[in-house]
Amino acid sequence: MALAISEYFGHITDVVKTFWEGLSVTLSYMLRRPITVQYPDRTEKRVADMLPSRYRGLLEVDMSVCTGCMACERACPIAVIKIATDKDPTNPKQRVITQFDIDESKCMFCGLCVEPCPTGAIQHTREFESTRKFIDSLVVRWVPDPEKPVPFYRPVKGQDAPRAPVGEILRKHLAEASWLARPNIFPEEPSQGPSSDERKP
Amino acid sequence: MRITLGLDSTSLTRRYPRLAILATLFMAFALPLGLYLAALAVFPFNTPEILNGLAREWLGWDLAISPYRNLVYAGFLLLVAGIAVTYAAVFGGASTWVERRVAGRMQSRIGPNRTGYAGFLAWVADAVKMILKEDTIPASADNLLFRAAPYFSMVGLLLPFVVLPLGQGTVVTDMNVGVFYLVATSAFVVVGILVSGWSSNSKWALFGGIRGAAQVLSYEIPAGIALMVPVLMAGTLSMQGIVRAQGGCPWEWFVFRNPAAFVAFFIAVTSSLAEGNRTPFDLPEAESELVAGYHAEYSGFRLAIFLMVEWANMWIMAGLAVTMFLGGWQIPGVTAEMYEHARGTGLLPTPWWFGLQMASMLMFIIKTWALVFLFIWLRWTLPRVRVDQLMTLCWKYLVPGAFLCFIVTLLWQILVPPVGMRYTGYAFTLLTAFLLVKFLLATRRNIDKVKGDRVDLSNW
Repeated sequence: MALAISEYFGHITDVVKTFWEGLSVTLSYMLRRPITVQYPDRTEKRVADMLPSRYRGLLEVDMSVCTGCMACERACPIAVIKIATDKDPTNPKQRVITQFDIDESKCMFCGLCVEPCPTGAIQHTREFESTRKFIDSLVVRWVPDPEKPVPFYRPVKGQDAPRAPVGEILRKHLAEASWLARPNIFPEEPSQGPSSDERKP
Repeated sequence: MRITLGLDSTSLTRRYPRLAILATLFMAFALPLGLYLAALAVFPFNTPEILNGLAREWLGWDLAISPYRNLVYAGFLLLVAGIAVTYAAVFGGASTWVERRVAGRMQSRIGPNRTGYAGFLAWVADAVKMILKEDTIPASADNLLFRAAPYFSMVGLLLPFVVLPLGQGTVVTDMNVGVFYLVATSAFVVVGILVSGWSSNSKWALFGGIRGAAQVLSYEIPAGIALMVPVLMAGTLSMQGIVRAQGGCPWEWFVFRNPAAFVAFFIAVTSSLAEGNRTPFDLPEAESELVAGYHAEYSGFRLAIFLMVEWANMWIMAGLAVTMFLGGWQIPGVTAEMYEHARGTGLLPTPWWFGLQMASMLMFIIKTWALVFLFIWLRWTLPRVRVDQLMTLCWKYLVPGAFLCFIVTLLWQILVPPVGMRYTGYAFTLLTAFLLVKFLLATRRNIDKVKGDRVDLSNW
């Protein structure tokens, strides 16, 4: 009996004590600074610039040092990269890249394409903000116009390729692209027929 | 070109930052203030005598013998109801914002801070979104009951507004059975919960409805008996009478005048938390077990009504506790004679009276918001109790405790002279102040425990 009574009142004191402590803890957290970083517009600098340098963000290709070896296309496990090469009609010895598309909407940021690249032309950047209204707009065409192909880069022995600083080209590209941009699909051969029509909404 | 609708508040805010601040100021201050002023302008004069007198004096129209008089009275009652509904909606919405911001900070987050200044317009955006949504009714639901259920809850929310005194004269009507009426009508909410749970024809909703019924019916008993304590101390069931029996200073409040009332206050607050389905007693809508409980199948405007009822009920709960235990609208140092004097003998009172009324409403609002904050704070501190724990708490602890308080109050009223009550008031006020300081110091220690943490209210 005495035990039951002490247990009964013990419960009441427990409740009072836990309320006291619990309310004190939550109030103390209310008075502290929230740890949330207020992305995107109340950070001291761009969040992309605060990320670690080896962050694997959107892919960037410096076409001026691309050798057209297609090692990245072969390395990609999910066929994100699509490269087409051709001979330069004016100079048969010079080969050119007519298409270099990276589908960022498919990319899983594994980094396997970066490893085989002999000149470091393809690199991950720290950029990650690439939302677009249309998913096809996420296909980045590093050779914008197939009529103006980019010649292969020939590496010079004992010399590093003069690659632009990582991220610079992509930042410029992202600044130009708008959220509502229409998809910029690589023009397909007319013989392939209705497939290009199907894409239209 | 970026196409934006007029409702895209983010882009509007970005383009016109001042517009956001203006809209926020309007929704946060001008709208409630307008509602309070409307209440002050309508509630005290909504009696046939004053309306008749005003009609005779201003319009030269003898309303008392006019065939349209009932129409006029009904029109004024509709105006009163409109003010109450709008106030409930605005309070319900604004308190969701307060709740989300407080919850955010208590969890080291920020909470909604982008729609309007400091995110205050988030609740407006939510309401607009809910009204625009389709009002779906499940194919196998009981159509009529399903559609009617939110209105039961709505009625249970709005009827208590009739007797809740906002200020010395600002009350719709001062019934002589006010407390009884309030307890009876606020139980209407559970009818809506039960009906919605039953008619949804969903397991989750049914569980929620049944739990709600069991919980609210159980907690009516301790709540009712704990509310009898101030009734016994004041000797009246009228809400205004109970407030008038108290005073403006803390030691004149009922909660401190009697040790039993001090305990009864906590019993009443706990029971009203359970009746209002607030955490830690939110079993009817336990989202981790029952998805959303009784309103799992609702969408659109009907869901908005349920949510509004849930949040606006906090105002009723807090207002009831403030009225019964914490001195209601009483201003320290202002006596009943001063109100009488300011009222004058004319048909309309003097401007002084309006000033006093506004001050008394302010007292009530401050106390009520403090209690609302306590409810929110409790919600983000305590986990949900189990059903058996809920019943144990009610039947083994609150019901006997409430009866004990009732008996002790009876004896106290008979045996203790008024001087003794005054000194009890001083003693309990001092004790509470001491506990409050101790609590704040404990909070301070909790912050200092973590190295580098300090009181910092930045990062909004």
